Formats: sequence, C-alpha cells, structure tokens
Amino acid sequence: MDYKSTLSVCPYCGCGCSFYLETIDGKLVGTKPSATSPVNNGKLCVKGWKVHEFVQSPRRLTNPLLRKNGELVEVSWDEALDYVADKLKKIKAEHGPDSIAFLASAKITNEDNYVLQKFARAAVGTNNVDHCARL
Amino acid sequence: MKQKIIERAKELLTSGEIGGFLALKQEGVHIAPHLFTDPAELDMLSLGDGQGLGDARYPLVKLLYTLAERFPQEKFGIMVRGCDERALNQLLKEDRACPMTAGRVIPVGFSCPEELAQACECAKPWPDALVAGEKTQAFPPPEADMADLMAELQQWFGEADRCLKCLGCKNSCPVCVCHECTLEEEAMLPQRQLPPTPNFLFTRAVHMVDRCVYCGLCEAACPAGIPLKKLYRLVAQLVGQGIPLVGASPRPQPQPAAQL
Repeated sequence: MDYKSTLSVCPYCGCGCSFYLETIDGKLVGTKPSATSPVNNGKLCVKGWKVHEFVQSPRRLTNPLLRKNGELVEVSWDEALDYVADKLKKIKAEHGPDSIAFLASAKITNEDNYVLQKFARAAVGTNNVDHCARL
Repeated sequence: MKQKIIERAKELLTSGEIGGFLALKQEGVHIAPHLFTDPAELDMLSLGDGQGLGDARYPLVKLLYTLAERFPQEKFGIMVRGCDERALNQLLKEDRACPMTAGRVIPVGFSCPEELAQACECAKPWPDALVAGEKTQAFPPPEADMADLMAELQQWFGEADRCLKCLGCKNSCPVCVCHECTLEEEAMLPQRQLPPTPNFLFTRAVHMVDRCVYCGLCEAACPAGIPLKKLYRLVAQLVGQGIPLVGASPRPQPQPAAQL
C-alpha cells in the first residue's frame, strides 16, 4: 500500500507553482497544491490541477513524427533533425534568412534561450527573435 | 498535542490494527499529505500548522476514500480536526459505492486553537474522537440578513465574475468524491470556451447544501479569494436549511489496542 506525495514544479507557464504529485504504487492519481510554497500558497490554475493526467497518458508523443506521403510516421531523432536542418538551409538559401522566425520560451532556462537566439542570429542570420508570451 | 497523536498512531500501527495512518508529514518547511506505514516515520508528523495556524491543511478524508477504494481489505487510521471528522461522518452517512465503512477507519482527533476556530468561524472546532486537546469555544457565524436579498445576490454575481473555474474548490473539498462530477460536465465546463458565469459557482453552492462541513479548504484553494463558505451558507439558508452543522452524529470512541 504505497501512497507517495512528491513535491514538484508545474511544467506549464513561467510562474512555477509547486505541487505534490500523488502516486499509488507508482501510478499518478492526483495533484495537490503545496500549501507551504511562497509562489502559489496552496492554489493552482486548472492546468496545474490536471498535471497528473498527462504525464503517464498513453496519448503522449514519445517519438519524432515525420509526414511521408501525407501520413505521419515515426522516425528516429537523427532522421528528424537531418530533415529539419536540410529544410532550414534550403529555405534560407531560397527566401533569405529573414524568412525564418524564432519563438523563445518561458519554460526553458535562460541558457537555453540564449542558445536559441544565438542560433537565430549567428547561425541563421536573422533578428526575428520573439517570445511565446507574445502569442 | 502533536505527541499524543503520534503516540496513538504508533500504537495502532505497531499493533497491526491499521495498515496505514493518514496524516501530514513535515520535511523542512514543506508539509504534505502522507500515508504512514512505518511507525518510525511518525516523528515527522505535522498537524498542518505551517507559517500560521492551520494554513497547511489538506483534504485527508478525500485521500482516505481514494485509498479505501484501491485497497478494500485494509483498515486505516486518520488524523482529524473537527471539520475532517464532520466530512468523514457525512460521507459515511451517504450511501456511496465506495467500500468504506465506519469499521474500516479509526479517527484520531485533536481540537483547534481558539484563534483558528475564530478565523474559520467554526461551529465545532473539535472532533468527537478526541485524543489530544479539549473542547474549545465555537464561533458560529450569524445567519445572513435576508432583508435585502437582491442586494446580497447582486454582490455575489460580482464575485462570480472573478471565478477562474480552476476546480480548486471541488478538488480540495473533503466531501467531493463523486467520480462523475457535475462541474466537469460538458454543459457546465464546455470545451474550448469560457464557461458561463455565474453557473459554475452557484451550481457548486447548490451541491454543497446539507453536505458542506465548512472546513474552508475551498477558500484556501481559491486563487480569486472568493469567500466560498459565506456563499454556501447563504444558499443553504435560502433553501431552508438554516445554519447547518453537518454530519454531527457522534462516533464511538476508539478502543486502545491494549483493551481489546
């Protein structure tokens, strides 16, 4: 009879609310906001309350998918990344670097955001860098 | 007061009378719901007082029901305040499909300090299954003045506009254990649209009539700070229930293991 409540941080927005993921025998059954966290003080939004539903969901993406002949098929990471790199190079050659835009994220680290904008500016050669919060 | 709860829980666990004891565990500054199965862990038990009195409470009775369904052969102990016991009695009184009976749970209760009872406006800040603390003073709030009902309701429509429909109230409520919840029906929470206001808030208030134990966990979970207890009392009063003191039928005192 193994019930555990594991403290974690919400993966959705940049707020970073703390909650307890409740598991029974290793399977997620519920979420409870952390009453002692100064960020959310025992409160959560509807997305946070439902976090336990998606983590172990069978509908979750587990592998890269590539559209071949109109259908999405599972491919390896290498094939997916090769395809993306190839296409980006072609688009840049054909339409110029400013035809590509980049959206940074509130949910990744400052360091990852730095790499993203560096890739945009130095590798691709565009200033078209914005943020997901502007959507 | 905490020591008495810990001692009683240790007694129940080591004697094998219960398979697990539901309470709160403190690790550093964090207090979380926990199912104690190892008596040695009980030294980390918390009553739910974080930075202030009773500000780190969780719906333990709700957890009890989840576990009771999952492990139908087990017997549980549970740490209860006055409100927790009322919630437990309410659920036991209702004829639910869950295989939870009075014989499967041993409540181990403690009373709330006056300061907290006053803040909660609690009508009965002690459980009948009292192991620690004594019967303290109750602070039931006065009935709502029905003289200007329309003005009162207008205020509530304003409050309802602030509701995010986060479902925090329903998720924190110790008596909300329905597998199929009205509030999650397509009609109440339509997908990909803003749900109609004030339907959500008032529907919940109606469902709480004669069920709500006024524990205040819904208010603690509400990001909009809506005074939900006040609304539930008002609606209960409107349908003629007066100020309810729910599920107060006394439970038999648990026998200490040594006497059995």
